[in-house]
Amino acid sequence: MSEKATRAAYGEALAELGAVNDKVVVLDADLSGATMTATFKKAFPGRHYNAGIAEANMVDMAAGMSTMGLIPFCSTFAIFGAGRAYEQVRNSIAYPHLNVKLAMTHAGVSVGEDGGSHQSIEDIALMRVIPGMTVLCPADANETRKAIFAAAEMDGPVYIRLARLATPVFEEDYPFEIGKANVLRDGKDVAVFATGLMVNEALMAAKTLAEQGVEAAVINIHTIKPLDEACVMEYAKKCGKVVTVEEHSIIGGLGEAVASTLMGKVDCKFQRIGVEDKFGTSGKAKDVLKEYGLTAPQIAERVKGIL
Amino acid sequence: MNTAELKKFCTEVRRDIINMTANAGSGHPGGSLSAVELMSGIFSKMRVDPKDPKNPDRDRFVLSKGHSAPCYYGVLAELGFFDKAEFANFRQLHSILQGHPDMKKIPGVDASSGSLGQGVSLAVGMALGAKHQGKDIKVYTVLGDGECQEGQVWEAFMAANHYKLDNLTVCIDNNGLQIDGRNDDVMSLGDLAGKLRAFGFHTIELADGNDLETVLAALDEAVEPGKPKAILAHTVKGKGVSYMENQAGWHGKAPNEEQRAQALKELEG
Repeated sequence: MSEKATRAAYGEALAELGAVNDKVVVLDADLSGATMTATFKKAFPGRHYNAGIAEANMVDMAAGMSTMGLIPFCSTFAIFGAGRAYEQVRNSIAYPHLNVKLAMTHAGVSVGEDGGSHQSIEDIALMRVIPGMTVLCPADANETRKAIFAAAEMDGPVYIRLARLATPVFEEDYPFEIGKANVLRDGKDVAVFATGLMVNEALMAAKTLAEQGVEAAVINIHTIKPLDEACVMEYAKKCGKVVTVEEHSIIGGLGEAVASTLMGKVDCKFQRIGVEDKFGTSGKAKDVLKEYGLTAPQIAERVKGIL
Repeated sequence: MNTAELKKFCTEVRRDIINMTANAGSGHPGGSLSAVELMSGIFSKMRVDPKDPKNPDRDRFVLSKGHSAPCYYGVLAELGFFDKAEFANFRQLHSILQGHPDMKKIPGVDASSGSLGQGVSLAVGMALGAKHQGKDIKVYTVLGDGECQEGQVWEAFMAANHYKLDNLTVCIDNNGLQIDGRNDDVMSLGDLAGKLRAFGFHTIELADGNDLETVLAALDEAVEPGKPKAILAHTVKGKGVSYMENQAGWHGKAPNEEQRAQALKELEG
C-alpha cells in the first residue's frame, strides 16, 4: 500500500476543486507549506489569501468572504483553527450558518515531534457541539479528496479534520456520502467504529482478530456529525459489543457520539479507545500513537477485552 | 434625503431606541444613541434597496458593536427594511429583532454580530471578497472604542492595510465609556488616531461625531487608492437624552415608563 498524508491529499484536492469551481478561495495563517494549501496557491495564486499568524481574523475574514458568495476553505493547525478561533467559528460562522469550510490539519497525537501543545485532541468535541456544524474526519487520502468535494458541494459550515502523518491509502475504492457510514469489513462478534487514521489501525486489528476466530465488523465513521445513527444502531444490535476508536480524547469525540446514540436504546457492551483525558507528547508519530495505545495490536487486545 | 431631512431621521431613530429598549425592559440605549449620526450617515451613503435587501451587488454594513442593535434596527425600519411594529417585540421570544443583530432573521442585516472584536474582520472579508470578484462594493463598519481593546480588531486593521482595502470604511464610536466605566480607567486606549494612522488608515478624527454635517463630510472624503478609511468619531454616550448623556450606567439599562416619557419629550425636536 502506498502512503500519503490526508493533508497532502487535501492540498491536491483543493487544486483540483479550484479548477472546476471558481467560487473557491483559500485562506491560511502562515502555515500553507504544512497544511498543504500551498498546492492550491501554486495553481491559483490570486485565490489564496494569507492572514498571517492571526487565526481569529482569518476565520472571520472567511465568514465575511462567504457572505459575498465565495466558498472559503480556511486552514491552519486544528489546535488553532478549532481551539484558538473557537468562538469566532461559533459566533461568526456557525451561528449564521455560513458556507465556510474549516479544513484543519495536524489533528491528533500523530503530529509527533511538536508535542502536546500542538496536538489537538479536543477539536471533534469542540466542533460537534456547535449547532449545524458538519464534522468530517476522513480515513485516508482518497476519502479526503471525496470529503473536500462533498464539503464544497453542500451549503453550510463544515469542519474537516486532517492529519500530518503519511498513512496507507486504501486499495479498495468505496462511495462517500456525508452522514453515511461505510462498513469496510463485516462481522458478527463485535462492532468497531473508527474514524480518521484509526480506521486503518482498526482494519489491521480486525485482521489479527480474524486469525484468532473473532469476526469484528469495522465501520468507518468519516462523518462524526451528522452521525449515521441507523448504521450505529444496526451494528450495535447485530454484534452486542461496541468499540470506538479515535485519535482524540475519549471525552466528547466519536466514542461519546456513539454512546449517546445507543444510550437507552441498545443493550450492549461498550468500550471507548482514544486519548484518555491527558495531553499528547513529543516523539516520532508512530511511537506516540503506540504510547497512547492507538496501534492495531493494542486495539486488538482492547477489543478482546470486552468479548 | 437632504441634510435637514436626515437630521429629522436621526431624531426618529433616537425615539426608536428609547421605545425599543423601554418596550423590552432591557437593551443598550447609551451606545445606540451615541452612534445615531454615524449609522444614519453611513446608510444615507450606501447603495442599498429595502425592497431588494439581498441584492448581491449592494454595499455592506457590519455593526461590530452589535449591542447598539436598537440604533441599527431603528435605521433599518425608518428606511423601510421592516415594519416599525416589530419594535414592540424587540428582544422577545420569536421576534426577528434579537438582542444582537441576526442576519438570518432581519432584512437588511449583512452580518450577525455582537461578540466584540469580530466585526472588523467580517467587514475586511467582505471588502476583500468584493475586490476578489472585481465588484464595486463599499463596506462600512461601526465599532466601539472599548471594543478596540480586543486584539482581533488590530489583526483586522493589519489585514485591511495589507490587502489595500480602499473600499472599506471603519468608524469608531468613541464615546469614551464602557460597561465598567471610562475607557481610560478600564484599559487605556492611548492615541487611537495615531495608532490607526500607523496601521495604514486614512484617518479622520471628528471632534463631534454627533454632528451630522461633519460625519457626512468625513464619509465623502476621498482616500488615495489602496488606503482603507477610518473615522474616529468622538461622540457622547446617551446623546440626546439629558439624563443618559455621558453616563456609563446607561450602557445596558432600559428606561422605565417615566424615563421613556421624559426622553421622548426631549426628543420631540
